[in-house]
Amino acid sequence: MKNTFIGQPMERREDLRFLRGRGEYVDDVALPGLLHAAILRSSVAHGKIKSIDTSAALKRPGVHTVITAADMPGGPPIVPMRLQPLPEFKPFEQPAIAHEKVRYVGEPIAVVLAATAAQAEDAFDAIEVEIEELPAVADWTVAQRNNSVLFDKQGTNRSMVFESRKGDADAAFASAPYVRKERLRTGRHYGLTMEPRGVMATWDAAKGMLTIYGAAKVPFFNRRILSAQIGLPVEQIEMIENDVGGGYGARGEFYPEDFLIPFAARHTGRPVKWIEDRRENLIAMNHAREEEAILEVACARDGTILAIRGEVHTDMGAYMRTNGAVGARNVSQFMAGPYRVPHVKIDSSLWMTNKTPVGTYRGPGRFEANFFLERMIDMIAEELRIDRIDMRRRNLITAKEQPYPIATVQPTNAVDEYDSGHYPETLERALQEIDWPRVSKLQGKLVDGKYHGIGVVCFIEGGAAGPKETARLEVNGDGTISLYLGTSSVGQGVETIFAQIAADALEVSIERIRHVHHGSTAYVSDGYGAYHSRSTVMGGSAVLDAANNFLAALREAGAKRLGCDANAVTLDEDKLTGGGKSVPLREFAGLTQEGVFLNKKHTYSYGSHVAHITVDPKLGRIEIIDYVVVQDVGRAINPLTVKGQMIGSLVQGLGGAVLEDLKYDENGQILTGSLADYLLPLASDFPNLRGVVLDKYPSPINPLGAKGAGEGGIIAAGGCMANAVANALSSLGVQPRQLPLSPAYIWELLQQAGRKAAE
Amino acid sequence: MKLPPFEYACPTTLNEAVALLASHNGEAKAIAGGQSLVPMLAFRLARPSLLVDLRKLPGLNEIKIGADGVRLGALVRWRDIQDDKRLESAHPLLKAAIAHVAHYQIRNRGTVGGSVAHADPAAEMPGVCVACDAVITAAGKGGTRAIKAADFFEGALTTALKPDEIVTEIHLPAWPAVRRSGFQEFARRRGDFAMSGVALFYDLDAGGKATNAHIGTIGVGDRPRRLAKAEAALNGQAVTEALAVKVGEAAAAEVDPQEDIHASAAYRRSLTGTLCERALLAAAR
Repeated sequence: MKNTFIGQPMERREDLRFLRGRGEYVDDVALPGLLHAAILRSSVAHGKIKSIDTSAALKRPGVHTVITAADMPGGPPIVPMRLQPLPEFKPFEQPAIAHEKVRYVGEPIAVVLAATAAQAEDAFDAIEVEIEELPAVADWTVAQRNNSVLFDKQGTNRSMVFESRKGDADAAFASAPYVRKERLRTGRHYGLTMEPRGVMATWDAAKGMLTIYGAAKVPFFNRRILSAQIGLPVEQIEMIENDVGGGYGARGEFYPEDFLIPFAARHTGRPVKWIEDRRENLIAMNHAREEEAILEVACARDGTILAIRGEVHTDMGAYMRTNGAVGARNVSQFMAGPYRVPHVKIDSSLWMTNKTPVGTYRGPGRFEANFFLERMIDMIAEELRIDRIDMRRRNLITAKEQPYPIATVQPTNAVDEYDSGHYPETLERALQEIDWPRVSKLQGKLVDGKYHGIGVVCFIEGGAAGPKETARLEVNGDGTISLYLGTSSVGQGVETIFAQIAADALEVSIERIRHVHHGSTAYVSDGYGAYHSRSTVMGGSAVLDAANNFLAALREAGAKRLGCDANAVTLDEDKLTGGGKSVPLREFAGLTQEGVFLNKKHTYSYGSHVAHITVDPKLGRIEIIDYVVVQDVGRAINPLTVKGQMIGSLVQGLGGAVLEDLKYDENGQILTGSLADYLLPLASDFPNLRGVVLDKYPSPINPLGAKGAGEGGIIAAGGCMANAVANALSSLGVQPRQLPLSPAYIWELLQQAGRKAAE
Repeated sequence: MKLPPFEYACPTTLNEAVALLASHNGEAKAIAGGQSLVPMLAFRLARPSLLVDLRKLPGLNEIKIGADGVRLGALVRWRDIQDDKRLESAHPLLKAAIAHVAHYQIRNRGTVGGSVAHADPAAEMPGVCVACDAVITAAGKGGTRAIKAADFFEGALTTALKPDEIVTEIHLPAWPAVRRSGFQEFARRRGDFAMSGVALFYDLDAGGKATNAHIGTIGVGDRPRRLAKAEAALNGQAVTEALAVKVGEAAAAEVDPQEDIHASAAYRRSLTGTLCERALLAAAR
């Protein structure tokens, strides 16, 4: 191969556009005759809707229409599940607008369309909504009593139990020399995007075309959902992906608004735009994480893990949303992480509560599982008086054991295995990077009023969800080449990465790949999108196939023009040459070929986090002195963007580890209704972070050898920080069992430890 | 989060501004930097019928330093205080406290008058005012009046101001050379509202002992207040580590902290003691 753009740390092509303020987000797009939508949301967590009167609102200045469930003959459509669409979940799916009941604060009740967004919002207080309040189900422990149920016909608040099984855990526990049982929980987070969501829709009655702006992540899936809901064939719906200010799993899923705004456009015949504000964003976009585990680990006395057994309870919020089951599924399948665990038995219950529904958030279920198990490993090592790092070394999966089978999840019969890698290697590298011989001497030491602690954890990251991805190459009129993709950009740098892959495959300069178009339904015949760390692996492999087809078509077309055999024709940057002659590439403008990549297996990248922190025991404050993430990503297409993903996701993970928690009171009212209370990491909060990208063990399941790499920073941050705190305060007997590690929580743990020591 | 409808006026004289505020049955609201009011409007927690923009009022944006202390015009912004080198000696406690106010962008817009009129219990400026026995001048229909800081702050977001009154000046008494001060606060993130904060000063007497102790808190309770028992524990003593612990304990015992999602009352109490201890040690250094 002539080129080696793959593997080069190349700056992102898209950044010049963003840095110059030339990005185009959905709110930047305007159409003549636009109506602005504002969505009246329930302020009641659980209740029966007795009446909705919108007549007074219609008389308010600028108001055009108010839409409620009553405007939808036969009732509002349901938003179906996209992943794990099991029949058991059907009764728990969300209507596109509240109908008969409200089940969380933030559930859409009415859509006001007005000349300006402010006028639409002004009309809210003229809408009379009568709701008979019902007792709120505030968390999973309340949900399991079933005294108050969200879905009367079901009679239970539990929508599903995922069962992960491997070997015979009960037998292993029966004969185990040592068992530790713990109860651990994570906070409620969400994939907060800097740009809130937005949808603009326009209905062209003459052409029968519905056009949706603001699509992201999975536009082809969403088109199919909307098609069924609104009764139009997919050919009459176009989804346009604009620039996107963050995805994180949450943005781009099909939400109620993704029906309501197109419906409003068709209902009124006017273009309609809705831009989510931050207050809505906190209660309308998918929540995530809040899981509690009651977990047992069986070990030999030397720390060899024999079996894991237990239950996990996920606070699902009010409805089963498109990808809402993924976190609860993953936590059960990946509880064993990167470790050799022969026997696994995890029951993961999904509890419906009167909160904003959950969906995936970067590292779904994996962040939680990592925190649960890594916390337990440190507690076990301490109790067994063995070195916690040696315990990890003893249990990490090695290259000669690959592919390594993991637990199977029921009822989906999800059989899976890890693909490649020598897991101890990233741990050794991380210890080397942090200068373990030096920093290990500081463990638990009190220096200038602060205790030093080191957290060490290992993780596994899944990627490359199938079944398929599509790419297309086309010759432009100026002799450059455009690349069209079925996957989406949610900020991963796909325009750069795919240009690298295409330029290498075609053996042309990277400038020759002039445009990389992605995310809109018009570009390729089918697409799957950006989730489960799949874009580079799946989309990149599709680009290779498209390049093969494209080159073959060019040779054939060139042969006719050049009068030679197709095998003699080569693409030479801006021309085709063969038989001693050449013809400019621009003369083949419009020539295009698609390629696809089909895949049912998953990639598994892996790595280690090591954090050196201090804890001020009086304030309960944590400061990070140094933090290293090492991850083997199979093949780093662009080490610079991989590192960006690592650091970005690590900061996000540290938010969940020490700051973020969506809190509700017992009535289902959210207590963290603004960014003054839902605390995100700020630019200056975590300055000392490092990322090391390795690509020693390529994935055998795709031609690039690449693995998903967008989640490694976040997955292990909670476990690593909690272990670092425990290590710092080990002389005082402090063991964090929940996240976030807020100053007040750490202080409280110290008080408890002090009282215990005094007894 | 769009602002509710309101009328807007931008008067050029104080009299005009006062008349406007008085004209809307108590529904008018003054706006200066808008760093607290605009978010409240966006959340529709405040729905004034009229906003009276104070930005064109003359003479309210000066920092005057004289023998009787520091006079801050109500429209002085946090950035002005940070940039004023004279305040390093004229009022080091003010300077130290203002460094903790929110974030860069907010410090460029927020004003001292707006902060005291808003009266957030966790805000730094009200805390400095109370700790330093500041006098706040307000102009209203009935003329101007001077209000002692201790009387000005009545509760969370509640002050002695009448609806037609505008804060015009904050007077911080003179800072003698023998004065030592410390300011400590702790928030979840730098720039957030303090879970607790302590502003304190004392004067060194000829024997190296602390006199005239002033210890004020923010973020614990519904308003900034001074801690008489902690001050008594400090007065007449030489500041040592042991004394700092003792004064901190007195401070912790004296406060009446509230609980919220970020901190329990017990944590806030302990935190106040720790911050008091540390502020005192910093003052003595």
